[in-house]
Formats: sequence, C-alpha cells, structure tokens
Amino acid sequence: MQKLPPPESMLTGWGRLPMPGREILAENLESITRGAVLSRGLGRSYGDSSLPAQASDRVVATRLANRILAFDPKTGVIRVEAGIALAELNRLFMPQGFFSPVTPGTKFVTIGGMVACDVHGKNHHCEGTFGAHVRWLKMRLADDSLIECTPTEHGDLFYGTIGGMGLLGHILEVEFRLHTISSPWVYMESERVHNIDEFLAALGKAAPAWPMTMGWIDCLSRGSSMGRGILMAGRWAKPEEAKAEPPRPAIQKTLPFELPNWALNPLTAKIFNSLYYWQHVSLHAKAVVSPEPFFYPLDAILEWNRGYGSRGFTQYQCVLPRQAGPEAVRAFMKLLVQLGGASPLCVIKDCGPEGKGVLSFPLEGTSIAVDMAVSPEIQRIVDSLNEFVIAAGGRIYLTKDRFTRADHYRAMDPRVDSFLALRETWDPQRRLRSAQSVRLFGDKA
Amino acid sequence: MKAVILGGTSGMGRAIAQRLAERGDSVFLLGIGETDLTRSAADLTARHPTQASVGHAELDLEKPEGFSSALDAADSALGGFDTVVVTAALFASQDALEADIELTRRLVTVNYANTVVFCEHVRKRLLSRGGGRLTVFSSVAGDRGRKPVAIYGSAKAGLSCYLEAMDHKYNAAGLSVLCVKPGFVKTGMTAGLKPPPFAGEPVQVARDVVRAMDTRKPVLYTPGMWALVMLVIRWLPRFVMRKINF
Repeated sequence: MQKLPPPESMLTGWGRLPMPGREILAENLESITRGAVLSRGLGRSYGDSSLPAQASDRVVATRLANRILAFDPKTGVIRVEAGIALAELNRLFMPQGFFSPVTPGTKFVTIGGMVACDVHGKNHHCEGTFGAHVRWLKMRLADDSLIECTPTEHGDLFYGTIGGMGLLGHILEVEFRLHTISSPWVYMESERVHNIDEFLAALGKAAPAWPMTMGWIDCLSRGSSMGRGILMAGRWAKPEEAKAEPPRPAIQKTLPFELPNWALNPLTAKIFNSLYYWQHVSLHAKAVVSPEPFFYPLDAILEWNRGYGSRGFTQYQCVLPRQAGPEAVRAFMKLLVQLGGASPLCVIKDCGPEGKGVLSFPLEGTSIAVDMAVSPEIQRIVDSLNEFVIAAGGRIYLTKDRFTRADHYRAMDPRVDSFLALRETWDPQRRLRSAQSVRLFGDKA
Repeated sequence: MKAVILGGTSGMGRAIAQRLAERGDSVFLLGIGETDLTRSAADLTARHPTQASVGHAELDLEKPEGFSSALDAADSALGGFDTVVVTAALFASQDALEADIELTRRLVTVNYANTVVFCEHVRKRLLSRGGGRLTVFSSVAGDRGRKPVAIYGSAKAGLSCYLEAMDHKYNAAGLSVLCVKPGFVKTGMTAGLKPPPFAGEPVQVARDVVRAMDTRKPVLYTPGMWALVMLVIRWLPRFVMRKINF
C-alpha cells in the first residue's frame, strides 16, 4: 500500500477540503513541468480542479514564474509567464492606464489559472470570457514536448486549453491584450432590489447601458422578498469624474485564525444579510469608487475562507440559459432557499453569448453563485440543484465544483465528448489529470 | 539608485530587482544563463514606464577571472553603479554535502572565497567613487554551528564576518555594507524542504531589504522574527545543541 505523506503536505483548494499532495515550486516552468501531471496557480479554484489525483502525482506550483516577457504600451499587448498574479498586473499597469480585459472576483489568481478556468467577470455581457482576449499560448504537452498555439495555429489545442482546467497541457506563457482605461477609478451606481423578478428585469435593463454589472442576492429571504438584493453597475470613470489622486492600495487584513464551525450558521447569515441589504439605505446610489472594492470586495480580508471553519466549503455556480426564462431563475432560487445550506455569499450575473473555449462555462443567460459550508447534506443539495440545472438546460462551473457527479456533468454538458476527443489527440494516455478529472471524466486515480 | 544585482534572475534576488525596477531605479543584472538573464531583463524593463532597457552580463561565481569584465559592462551600462546586491550562492543539504566532497569544495569556494573576491572588486570600485551600497545575502545559518547546515552555515559565517568587518572599516568612507540574513524563505532553493514556522515569501524579504538599503542598516534579519529565533539559538548551551536537530 502506498504510504501517505505526512499531514503537512496536504494541498487544498479555496474551499479548504484537503487532499494529500505536494507542490513542486520553482521559477523555471519549462524545466519543472517535465513529467508533471498538473499545474496549479494560487489555489483559488474552490474545489478539486487544482488538486492531484494521487498524493504521489507531480504537481507544479507556477506562482514563482512571474515575469513579464514583453509589453507594448502602444497596443497593450502583453506576454507573461503563467504564474504571474493578476494582482501584480493590476498594481503595475493600472497606474499606466491599462487593465485586464476581464477580471474574476479575486485578483489573487494567476494568468495561467485565468486561461485554464476561462474566467469571466462583471463585463461578461460585453467582453466575454478572459479566453476571448488570449492571443497566444506556450504549453508543455503530456508527451513532454513544447508547443505554441494560437486561434489559428493548433486552434483545437488552443480552444481546448481555454477553460480546459489544465488537462490538455501545462500553460507556460500567455499573450493577451490589456485594455486601456479612462481613469483608475470606477463610476458605480447601485440599486436596492426587492425580489428576484425585479432583479432580472433590472439586470436586463442595465446590460445595454453599462459595461459592468452584477448583483448580490440575499438568498435566505423567502416569500415576496425572495431574491432581494443589491444591483451594482459600473464603468471606468471619465477623467473629469475621477478623483485627482490615484486610488490608494487597499488595506489588507487577514483573518488570523479559523473560525469555529458554528460561527456561520443560519441565524448569523440571516443577520449579516439583513444588515448588508439595509446598509444600502437609499434605493439608488452613485459614487466614484476605487476598483479594489468594486471588483474584489472579498480580497480585503486575506484568507477569509477560514470563516467557514474546519468543515470547509464549496461554491455552487451554475448558469441558466436565457430561453429557460425568468421562471427558471425564480424556481432555482426557490429550490435553493428550500434546500437550505446557503450562506451570505450569493451573486447573480447575466452572461453574454458562449465563448469559444471547448469547456468554457458561461452561456447566454443568468449565472448564480452561492457559497455553502460543507455538511453531511452537501451531496444531496448539489445533486438536487444539478438535477434542476440539467432540466433547465444549464451547466455548472468546474472552477467552483467539488461535488458534482460524473453522470450529472455529462448530462448538462454535451461538449464533454469534443473535449475528450481532444484529450485523445493530445494526451491519449490521459497522463495529465486532477482529482476533478478523476471524478468527472473517470481518469484513473 | 544605480544597482547591479548578482543573482537577480531568481528567488529573493528577482524580487529585489523587481522592487527596485518598479520604483524607477536603474538596474543591471549579473548571473548565469543567457536566456534567463534576457527574460529577467525584459521583465524589469516592463515594470516601470520610464525604465530604460535593462542590461545584463554573464557572471559565474565559480569563475573569478570574469568578475572584472562583468563589472566593467555594468559600469558602462549604468554610467557608474552606486549599489551592488549579491544574492547568488550555491545551496545543498548537509546530507548531500557530506556525501560529495567535490560538491562541498565547490559550495564553500563559491559561497565564501569567490563571494569575498567579488565583493573586493566591488569595494574598490565603490570607494574610488566616494562610496555606495554593498548588500550581500548571508544567512541565519552562519550565526551558529548547527547540524542541518554545518557546511553551508560555515561558509555563511565567514561571509557574515567579512561583511561586518567591511562595515566597521569603511562605513566612515561612505561605503554602506548590508549583511542580509534571511531565515527560511519559500523559494525554488528551499522547495522540497518542510517550511518551519515564520517562513517568509520573497516579496516580503525584498521589501525589508530595500528598506534596509535605503536607511543604510548594517544587518538585517528577514522575516524579522528570525532575529529573535537566532538570539535564542546563539545562547543555547552546547549540550542542547548536541541533542537538538535544528
């Protein structure tokens, strides 16, 4: 029997459910990815997509590969090593008037991870996913060869890698284009919304007028106020609106220890949600704000994931297609409230058209993401939600997932077959794998 | 600041080079591996809008005959440097060193003898132009003879002693010598070792080092907690040191 490594060599995703494994850490990705079966960035995917299938698997941590290889201030085109963090690019390039074309809800992610997860953000309805802005990738394949790909050169590998969870090859270098911004400030309007129907209508109305939208939902309220929340819409502030000085770097606090499991319970969650809802006293508000709290409200507290205690947590994120209609979203919210287990973090976003990444998550419709503490009920809750999503024609986001069953995943995403065909081409032995690919694609453990 | 960085392509040296470049200081890289140097130079150039194209030259600490010409290249690229940072060194575990005498010879030669020789080249140049800064990475391993770093630590002890004397002797002449003693830092060098409590990150070390350079401190423990840890270790009696494996 294989000896388990000592407890200090456990790896976890953001949801803090540990798995035995060990990272190989060095600057030179080209040398350390040789023979490796998985690369991981900053470990911000919630579930098991960055965790090894087996404790002895060679897992590369990319975060020391953080160099900018080229930047052209005339076009914004930038080429980086895959381990550089988005936070680093923001810090360096926002003062120069450049920003990532797409940012997820945390800046503590690597660019390689953003490609592998094909992340989306508040501007999905305008700009699509991050993958839509990637121009070139350098990769190490399962047979240990190096390859460069673009939308036209090895296009199948390129689009399979966008959203492919690192299963077609290790991402070593990425080229994409930074967008210019009119100022380093964000003009934001927010609105208190009374229920889910109002929310969907408000999102729909905001989409053509605003390049960035998203909403926070109180997913514990029931009845006529089910799905109440706060809608946020924003754009980069015009120079004349922006404050004279650049935004100050965010003050970062760290949650210094793990909270007890009972700290976050239905009562405290309800209190938090009510406070959060009613702190938005006026119905409408306008403000020029720093990009930090606008894009990354949760990054203000480092290691906030300790708030869920030792039990760990997961996030359930799905997208329901537009044609399923608002009644599907309403029914989903109702099911969510019924099943319980939801926490204060629940966000809603209307997505634009599906991207070209073979397994890219978003499709035109409504995306809902909700954090849930892990409990004995969690499998049943995820299964029930998944059954609903399958019936509605939606799908889940692999980056957040830890509990979806393989048959459910296949039922919700017919593109799996094309993805498996790509793996057949580029990695026929399925040497590259993760705990997630074992769970969802039946790779050998 | 016009800084030459030996070892600036990886680990703590990379983090220091990035920090200096980001605030607009002029930087020149010395080290081994043409590709790696080129990539790091491009990275540093991109980190500040007005950063002039960062130059580099090959310098191998195992080949002292090349020190002078590499420093010439740095001098001409920067128009006379005023700061030199040395982070390059060899590292190997005590077990590996005990098993391989040739490796031991190389490691103590590079980490002590050749580093001192390099610093002597630098010292002469800086003093001839009225002083400057010399920042060299030694290690907490040089503070006390300890089992897991017996050989590596002995070379670092010699280096620390040299740097201390340089500070005593030339501080009045305008040469600010900084001896950096990093504790355990999570870099490629220490990958695979089990991180102890208070393990630091390269970025945190770089911030401490640049601040110490700016304020012309002579000695820096980083992360700061290691000053306390090593204070205790230095006072432990021999019979305890014989027992423990730290």
